[in-house]
Amino acid sequence: MTVEWGHFALILALVLSLCQVGLPFWGLVGRDAALMQTARGTAVGSFVFTFLAFTALSYAYVQSDFSVINVAMNSHSTKPLAYKISGVWSNHEGSMLLWVLILTLFAALVAMARQAIPLSLLAAVLMVQGAVASAFLSFILMTSNPFLRTLDVPAEGRGLNPILQDPGLAIHPPLLYIGYVGFSIAFSFAIGALIHGRIDAVWARFVRPWTLLAWSFLTLGIAMGSYWAYYELGWGGFWFWDPVENASLMPWLAGTALLHSTVVMEKRDALKVWTILLSILTFSMSLIGTFLVRSGVLTSVHTFASDPSRGKFILGILVFFIGGGLSLFAWRANALRQGGLFAPISREAGLVLNNLVLATMAATVLIGTLYPLVLEAISGDKISVGAPFFETTMLPLFLPLAVLQPLGTALSWKRADVWAAMNRLSWAFGLSLLVMGIVLYATRGGSVLAPIGAGIGLWLVLGSLGDLWLRVWRAKAGWVGNLSRLTGLPRSAWGTALAHAGLGISLIGIAATGWGTEVISTVGKGAEVPAGPYRLVLEQVITRNGPDYRETIGRFQVYSEHNKLGVIEPGKRIFIGQTMPKTEAGLMTLGLGQIYASLGDFQPDGTVSLRLYWKPLVVLIWGGALVMAFGGFLSLLDRRSRIAAPRKAGLAQGDAA
Amino acid sequence: MWQRVQSLPAFVLVVMLALSGLAPLHAVEPDERLADPAQEVRARALSSGLRCLVCQNQSIDDSNAPLARDLRILLRERIAAGDDDATITRDLVARYGDFILLQPPFNPRTLVLWTAPFVLLAAGGWILFNRSRRRPAVDKTAPLTEQERENLRRLLAQDQADPHSDHPNHRA
Repeated sequence: MTVEWGHFALILALVLSLCQVGLPFWGLVGRDAALMQTARGTAVGSFVFTFLAFTALSYAYVQSDFSVINVAMNSHSTKPLAYKISGVWSNHEGSMLLWVLILTLFAALVAMARQAIPLSLLAAVLMVQGAVASAFLSFILMTSNPFLRTLDVPAEGRGLNPILQDPGLAIHPPLLYIGYVGFSIAFSFAIGALIHGRIDAVWARFVRPWTLLAWSFLTLGIAMGSYWAYYELGWGGFWFWDPVENASLMPWLAGTALLHSTVVMEKRDALKVWTILLSILTFSMSLIGTFLVRSGVLTSVHTFASDPSRGKFILGILVFFIGGGLSLFAWRANALRQGGLFAPISREAGLVLNNLVLATMAATVLIGTLYPLVLEAISGDKISVGAPFFETTMLPLFLPLAVLQPLGTALSWKRADVWAAMNRLSWAFGLSLLVMGIVLYATRGGSVLAPIGAGIGLWLVLGSLGDLWLRVWRAKAGWVGNLSRLTGLPRSAWGTALAHAGLGISLIGIAATGWGTEVISTVGKGAEVPAGPYRLVLEQVITRNGPDYRETIGRFQVYSEHNKLGVIEPGKRIFIGQTMPKTEAGLMTLGLGQIYASLGDFQPDGTVSLRLYWKPLVVLIWGGALVMAFGGFLSLLDRRSRIAAPRKAGLAQGDAA
Repeated sequence: MWQRVQSLPAFVLVVMLALSGLAPLHAVEPDERLADPAQEVRARALSSGLRCLVCQNQSIDDSNAPLARDLRILLRERIAAGDDDATITRDLVARYGDFILLQPPFNPRTLVLWTAPFVLLAAGGWILFNRSRRRPAVDKTAPLTEQERENLRRLLAQDQADPHSDHPNHRA
C-alpha cells in the first residue's frame, strides 16, 4: 500500500502546487492579503506531500518491492542499503522526483524564511515556484510515473547499473539538483519583480543568499561529477566537454555571473535590468540542461523523434517558462528604473566586464552543445563539437578574465584608480610572474601552456588573499594586531577571497596535467613500471568476491626511491545480475599528486595491459572547487545575508515594548 | 532497457558502453603502439582529435570500442607508411564526413558556431561602450533640499540615540 500512498501523495502535491499558483494569483489581482498568504501554506504543503511520495518510493527500494516496475528495473535485493537508497535517483523517474522534491523544498524554505519580503512579492515568487512545480509534477505523473506496478512480479531486480554503484555518484545528483533547482528562486524573484514592477537593492538582498546557496552546491556537484568521471571511467581525464557535463556548466557560468551582478545591485543599486534578465537566463540554462539530459535528445535526434512524449513535454515546459519569462521581461523591463551611476573604471565596471565574459562563455557552451543537434535537424549534416572546439574558444575568454580578476577586486566602487590598484597588487603579480618564469625555464621543452596556466592560478591565489591582507594592514598595528583585524573581516570578504583563490587553485591543478606522465604497457608478475618519481611493481593477480560482485585485481606495490609507500589494486569487477565487467582504477594520493593505474584484459599467460599515470598536483583541481564552494557557504553565514531576519525580529520586539 | 538507467553523466557512459557492446578494453592497447616514439606521439595527437563514431562524444584515443581500435590501428599503419597528418585526416573525412572531427572545420555550415563567441563578446562590448558614452559618468543627481537635509539629520540623530538598532552601517 505504501507505494499507492506515495502515488496519491504525489497527486495531492500537484493539486497543492496548482493552488499555490491559483490562490495567490487571485489574491494579487484582487489585492487580497489573505489569499496572498495562502501561498505560504500551499508551498509548504506541496513540499510535505512530495516528500511523502519520495519517502514511499525510497521505502519500496529499501524493501526491494519488485512489484514496482521502477524498483525492479533499477535495484537488486543484494545491494548494500546505501545503494538501494541511491538507486531511487539512479533512473529517469526517480531523479525527476528528486528534482521536484528539491524544487518544492526551496519554495517551502522561501515561504518559511525569516526574510522580510513584502507580501505581494512573496506571493508572486511562490506563485511562479508553484507553476514550475506543477509543470514538473504533471510531467512525472503523466510520462514518468515511478509508482507503476506490474502483476508479473519478477523474483529479482535487474540491478543498479554498476557504474552508478559508487559513493561519488550516489551523492552527485542531489548536490547537482540543489544547484540547478536553487536557481529557480532567482527566476521566481525576477518574475515576481517584473509583475510587481519594482526592484531595488533590497530585492538583491533577498535573492543573493539563495543564489549563493545554489551556486555553492552546484560547484560541489560539478566537482563531484568530475572526480567521479576521473576515477570511474578509467582513463584519467577530469572533464570531457560532454553535453551532459556542459548541461551543468552552463547554469554554473550564468549563475556565477548572476552572483556578481547581484552584488553590484545590492551595493550600488545598478545593473538592475541586467540582473533580472540574468536571473531568467540562469534558470533557463538549468531547464535546458534538464531537457538535454532527460529527453534523450543527446543520444540522437532520431531516438528523440521516435519516442518523443517525454522530450516534447519537457520542451513544452521549457518553451513556456523561458519564453514566458523573456516575454514578460521584454514587456515590463522598461518599467524598472535604472540607478547607481559609475565611471568606466570602477569596481562596478569590472563586474560588468566579468558578466560580459561569463555570459559569453555560457552562451558559447550552449551554442557548442546545441549546434550539432540543430544543424542535423535543419540540414541533416552531422558534425561533432568536441573538446578541441571548447578549448579553443573558452581558454581565450577565461584566461584574460582570470588575469583581470584580482585587479577588479582591488578597484574601489563608483570611480577607481587603476594604477593604484595595480600598484597595490604589484608584489603578487611580480611574484607570480617570477614563479611562472622559473617554471617555464625548468620545464623548457615541455608544455608552454602549463606554466602560464599555473602562473595565472598562483596570481589568483596571491591576489585574492593578498587583497584581504592589504585591506586590514596598518603599519602601526603590528603582526598580532593585523592578524586580529584580518579575522575580524566580514565573512563575505573571506568568502569572496576564498572563492577566487579556489578558482586559482583549480587552475593550477588543471595546468599541472601538462606535466603528467603516462605509461602504457603489458606487465607480468614482478614487472617494474615507472610513474613519475615513483615505481610500481606487480606483486600478484588475485580474484576475489565483494559484497555483490566478483573482481580480479592486480596488486601493485608502490615504491619511492628508497621506501615502500603502499599498495594499489586496480582491477575489474563483475556485479551480480550484470555481465559486463567494470574497470576499477587504482589510485594513490601522494602529496598533491596521484598515481593512477587502470588495467585492461588479463591474458591467459598471466600478463595484463596497464595504463599508468603520474598526475602531479591533480588533487588541486577538486580541492580548488571545494575551496570555492566553502567560500560560498562562508559568505552565506555573513550577517549581510541574514540582515532582513534580525531586523524584522527587532521591530517586533520594539512593537511589544 | 539502457534508456532506463540514466543518471546525469552516467547516461552518456551507459549509452557508450551499450554501443561498444564489449567488455571495456583499454583505450590504447600496448600492442597497438608504434615502435618509433615520435611517430607514436603523432598518432596520439591525431587520434585524440578524431571521434569514435559509435560513441558519444569520445575520441578514438579514449574509447575502447572495437571500431575505435580499428581506426587507431589504421592511422598508425598510415603514419608508419610515411603519410602526413593532413593526408590521413583528409582521407578519414572523405570516408566518414566531418562527423569524425572533434574540432569542427571552419566552413559555411559552422560559421555561426565559430564566430558566435567573438560576435557575442564584441556586440556586448559595443553596447556597453555606447552606454557608457551616452550616460553621464558622474552622478548628476540634484543636491538635497534644505527640507531633506533636515530630515536626514533628524533620522541620523534618532539612529544614534538607539544603540540596539541593527543597521549594518552601525557596526564598528
